[in-house]
Formats: sequence, structure tokens, C-alpha cells
Amino acid sequence: MQIPVVRNILEANDRIAEELRKRFAVQHILVLNLISSPGSGKTSTLERTLTDLKDEFKMAVIEGDLTTDNDARRVAATGAQAVQINTDGACHLDSGMVLDALASINTDGLDILFVENVGNLVCPAEFTVGEDHKVALLSVAEGDDKPEKYPLLFAEAAVMLLNKVDLLPYVDFDLDKATRHARALNKDIAVFPMSCRTKEGLPAWYDWLRAAVAAKKAKMRPVTD
Amino acid sequence: MSIAQSLVGIVQQEMAKHGVTRLVSVLVRHGALAAVVPHALEFAWQAVTQDTPLAGARLDMEEVPVRLRCSSCGKEFSPEECDRLMLIPCPSCGEDLGHEVLEGKELYIENLEAE
Repeated sequence: MQIPVVRNILEANDRIAEELRKRFAVQHILVLNLISSPGSGKTSTLERTLTDLKDEFKMAVIEGDLTTDNDARRVAATGAQAVQINTDGACHLDSGMVLDALASINTDGLDILFVENVGNLVCPAEFTVGEDHKVALLSVAEGDDKPEKYPLLFAEAAVMLLNKVDLLPYVDFDLDKATRHARALNKDIAVFPMSCRTKEGLPAWYDWLRAAVAAKKAKMRPVTD
Repeated sequence: MSIAQSLVGIVQQEMAKHGVTRLVSVLVRHGALAAVVPHALEFAWQAVTQDTPLAGARLDMEEVPVRLRCSSCGKEFSPEECDRLMLIPCPSCGEDLGHEVLEGKELYIENLEAE
């Protein structure tokens, strides 16, 4: 016999993500899911952000990695709370892992929770972890064709950070092309060319964070996305 | 792999609900924009069903084409070439930025065949 099903395969993940979203809404915590390839500068961007905004916001980080706690140690050195999740081979974080990690975080008075996903542009885009926004990070050394090759992430992200722009003179990266491709299926995506090394472009990213925190605090009802 | 595991979970629930014990096939529909590689999912499906009552069942996959709504004139259209999904000019007005994705991100089980 044929049995009609029509059920979303990721429904279990989405259900936990929805619970997390309600919880973060009640606590007015801005949650950002940071996604990029390995080596494009997620941890460096967090180190800068956590250091530069430490007097303005209370921030915490959930670090996802296949193995090791190197990133959590780097992030904790800035003074922010950091919890490491080792996925033991899984190429993305899911909402259940984030729920478990939350048990180790003091969320009282927290303004921003960053979730640093496993370095991968594909699977993390499929698995929501209760975030308000996805932040896609791309470094200019990776090539300007990434938004075109990984359309789902760039169609879903609220922000595209273009890191390592200090390398632009040495690589063939067309900022305009990457930006146009990111906007093809996402006209509202905010694009910030920046460099963790020279700190150029970071103030615009910080302004975006300030506005997003203010928007989250102004929301009186749980966001259902 | 996690997608295959979730798939197995739902298939088992649906089979129990309908009182069937032998799975013949399951049909998954995935959007062209979804992060699913059919070949990889097939492989993962075989791995997670091996040595279980679901072993040997067929996994059918059907791609849902991308359907867009033009950000400028509102015309709904499907891009012709699937390998170039970005910067697709609207067939009506030529706008190539900011189209809304109507279909092409989904990932769901359509039905299963079992006895």
C-alpha cells in the first residue's frame, strides 16, 4: 500500500529550534548563527567583536568543531563565556546540540549569543539552531564565486561579512560580483567588507550588531520567523 | 547522514502508525536549492538501514525545481538552466536581483510504499 506522508525530514531539528527561539525571545537574546568555510576567519572575527564590544554587551559563544577546543579557548581569552561542542565528525551543528550546550551557559542578562558553526558552507545552512539570523562569512582568498556555488546559505543569511579585504590587491576577487550574487535571491542581505587583521570595515558590522540587539530588545512577543 | 537518520525516524513512525512492517520504497522530494546531494543521501540511507528491517528498501528522490517571484514586476517564473541559479533575469522585465524563492528549498517525504 502507498502511504501519503508529506512530512519535513528535518522536523525534529526544527521543533527544537522553535523551542530555543521562544526561549531566546523571552530573554531578548540576539542569536547569530555564524557560517563559513574552514579558515575564512570566524573565530578571528569573534575575537575582535568580543573584545571591541565587551563594554557594551554581555556576549557568549557556542563553538562547534569536529574535534579540539582550540577555538573555545581563543574566544574565552577575550573574557566572554565560551562553550565547546565537539560534533565527533558531524559537519554541522543541530538544534539539539545547541540546547545541550545552553545548560553550560549563564544566560542571565545576555545580549548576544554567537553560535560558531562547523566550517562548511552546505549543511549548516539546512539546520536551523534557533537563531535570529544567519551570518555568512566569506574571505576574499576563497574566490568571489562562493555565493553562486552555495546559493542556499547566501539566500538565507541576513549578513555577508567579506573578510581579509586587506588581501584584495593580491587576489582576483570581484567585490561587486560577490555582492550581486549574494543579492540575487536575497535583496536585503547586508554586506560588510572587512579585515580582522587591519580592523578596517569592522565599525559597520558593529553598528549592524547594535541595531540588531536593539531590535531584539524591542520585540515584546516571541518571534516565529 | 543526519538527514538519513531523520528520514529513518519518520519512516518508522509512519509504518507503526499504519501497521505495516515491510518497506518497499520511500519518495523524498528535495528543492534544487536544498543542500542535498542525491548520491550522498542514497549512500547514507543504505548505511543507516543496513541490518535493520528497512534494509533493501528503495529510496526514490525527486528534485523540486526552483520557482521565483520577480522582485520588480512580480512575475512568477522558473529558471531554465539549473546549474546557474543566481542572477537570473526575469523573463518579463529583466530584473536580476532580489527574487523571492517560492519553491526550491523544501526537503520532505512525499509518501512511502509498504506492506
